[in-house]
Amino acid sequence: MAIHPRTGMPEHSGPIIALAGVSKSYQAGQAFALRNLSVTIDAGSFVAVVGASGSGKTTMLKSINRLVEIDSGSVRVGGEPIDALEPHVLRRRVGYVFQGIGLFPHLSVRENIAVTPHLLGWSEEIIAARVDELVDLVALPRSLLERMPGALSGGQQQRVGVARALAARPAIVLMDEPFGALDPVTRSALGAEFRRLHESIGLTTVMVTHDMLEALLLADRIMVMKGGQLIADGAPRDLLAGNANDDVREMMEAPRRQAEKVRAILEDGAPRG
Amino acid sequence: MDDRFRSALNLLPEYLGEHVMLSAASLALGLLVSAPLVILARNSKRLRWPVLAFVSVVQTVPSIALLALFYPLLLALSSLSQKVFGQGFAALGFLPSLLALTLYSMLPIVRNGVTGLLNLDPAVLEAARGVGMTPRQSLLRVELPLAMPVIMAGVRTAAVWVIGTATLSTPVGQTSLGNYIFSGLQIENWVAVLFGCVSAVVLALVVDQLLALVESGVATRRKGRVLLGVVLLGVGVIAAVSPTLGSTKTAYVIGAKSFSEQYILSALMARRVTEEGLSATRRVGLGSVIAFRALANNDIDAYVDYSGTVWANILGRTDMPSREQMLQELTRELRDKYGVTLLGALGFENAYALAMRRDKADELGIRTIADLAGHSAQLRLGADFEFLARPEWAALRDSYGLAFRERRQYQSTFMYRAVASGEVDVISAFSSDGRIAAYDLVVLEDPKQVILPYDAIVLLSPKRAADADLRRALEPLVGAISIERMREANQMVDRDEDKLTPAQAAAWLEEQAGLEPK
Repeated sequence: MAIHPRTGMPEHSGPIIALAGVSKSYQAGQAFALRNLSVTIDAGSFVAVVGASGSGKTTMLKSINRLVEIDSGSVRVGGEPIDALEPHVLRRRVGYVFQGIGLFPHLSVRENIAVTPHLLGWSEEIIAARVDELVDLVALPRSLLERMPGALSGGQQQRVGVARALAARPAIVLMDEPFGALDPVTRSALGAEFRRLHESIGLTTVMVTHDMLEALLLADRIMVMKGGQLIADGAPRDLLAGNANDDVREMMEAPRRQAEKVRAILEDGAPRG
Repeated sequence: MDDRFRSALNLLPEYLGEHVMLSAASLALGLLVSAPLVILARNSKRLRWPVLAFVSVVQTVPSIALLALFYPLLLALSSLSQKVFGQGFAALGFLPSLLALTLYSMLPIVRNGVTGLLNLDPAVLEAARGVGMTPRQSLLRVELPLAMPVIMAGVRTAAVWVIGTATLSTPVGQTSLGNYIFSGLQIENWVAVLFGCVSAVVLALVVDQLLALVESGVATRRKGRVLLGVVLLGVGVIAAVSPTLGSTKTAYVIGAKSFSEQYILSALMARRVTEEGLSATRRVGLGSVIAFRALANNDIDAYVDYSGTVWANILGRTDMPSREQMLQELTRELRDKYGVTLLGALGFENAYALAMRRDKADELGIRTIADLAGHSAQLRLGADFEFLARPEWAALRDSYGLAFRERRQYQSTFMYRAVASGEVDVISAFSSDGRIAAYDLVVLEDPKQVILPYDAIVLLSPKRAADADLRRALEPLVGAISIERMREANQMVDRDEDKLTPAQAAAWLEEQAGLEPK
């Protein structure tokens, strides 16, 4: 099997991520986070996973890089079963943007971004060049590189988080409510910027969010989860057009109503009831 | 400058050097032992409780008892190693102190280490896993640096505790700043006591501040500060320890228990050895039984003990032979059982006795212990820490039918104060004590001869049994010191005004005994 020159993963023609019959329970089988979940994700796609708290969306995301170990079923990344790799080897190949940012408070911005390349044993020169490239990519001033994360604004911190996830040139980026802690303006700007990065680099992105509007605006494909299972899976346009599931229809209602109100304000100059 | 201050200052390089060496070694060993325990307790919930419980329990043992307990333990190990490998080791002094202080330092280090590592933000720990760190990388690169302020706070606490507690290593034969305190307390040299306390406090504060510098350097990631703190600590330890390391190992170690007479006699013996052109060093302030064990184990070479003490405490005998017979039997038994040489008796007795203020005794018409018995129900007894546990007390009590209204225990200095001030009426005095005359006490006669003879005897270690040089130095002391002279010498050291140091009193005693320096 050929090896992808950039990601170090085996090249293959099938889906880049494949979950088959995955189950995960907590509290000794009392509570199910994932129930016999099977799903495939194609290379290059931007997938948003939405659902209420406890729907299993974060567990599903973490099962892909083994931050959560599943009870049964199988997960393949790049065609390879993930339990064939040491967990830390797998995680160095998959970018991860954490909920609540998760920067290392005792490391400078530069050191935070360089952490995975360091773990991979890249040379200092190459790492320094890569860090410069990344701060430009996520539009951070280079003057911030020697600062500690605590001295940065929330938006700047998450730009560092994104740069850190991309540092080792992963083919896949997993994001756990990446913009949830930011104010709406920063959030929408960062979301749009990340979508452009996704296009230009040719990433496969899986993003967990509880914000349906964000999912609709950024993703090519939306998976809706409930009780550890998929209750809907499709392009934003298709989901907006209507769905057999009551929960899904209800979740789509809110952004649609908001959009209609906004359009009405733009057309008539005043909100209608 | 005050004489007592000057003589304390002269001793500072030795005491401080030993103190710093002991504290630094204990803290270093404490860190070394604590580190794996911290990791163990962090990783395993099941082991966490026993580990933390162990270090906490160690802390509840009074530190002086912890120090004392290591001595018999090491002694047993030493004799075992002697049997198995043909090679024993010194069970007195540095080793027991090091082990006890190491144990003592572990609670703050382990507890803060475990607390620091377990209370980290779980989001940061997940991030460490998520970016691809192995558990070891996560520990070294993320968890330890983040927990470092809490860990360093524990190390600082441990350092202060160890430096303070190291003063208590004097009774197990380790020289430390505690020598000022223990000997000062015995001979009521308050300048020395204060000097010892202040030195220990200053040392603790300096070390604490240097560790604080390291800690703030770690927290603010200023490598310069960390380096400066570490270098200053290192230079300080080397500077303090170098005079100790540089000094040549002295040939003869003279021991002393922890009271004035012993300080004087050990100074006298050391003086005699030095006058023979040999070198001598002193291990003073030893516990009563520890002194004999130390001698038998060759940790010290010579010291003065008392026939009745050795008879009852070491040989465990309860019979009461005559003076001469006891000395003969001791000479034989100590040689056969321990290889210890009884060189001879100095010529005076330091026996247990009951003493009262003269006016009180006259008032009640008490001259003997038999007279005392009739009044004992109205009287209070003050005793030193050993007396009430000794067979003499049981024998006195039973043969004369003594039953005091109240019994109190004192450190001997305070015991004399107590009888002088009327806080107690009768005390367990020592017959050679200078304070008997000074406080105008009467020693009550023992018509039934219940109390054992307590001749002061010079004992030599097995290693020195055939040492002609040492014998030549010490043999002239045999039979040369009368009870009156000993009392007077003791009083010179114990009195409040115009005090002499034990060394000065020893010189006086030597002169009085007609032993001219060569």
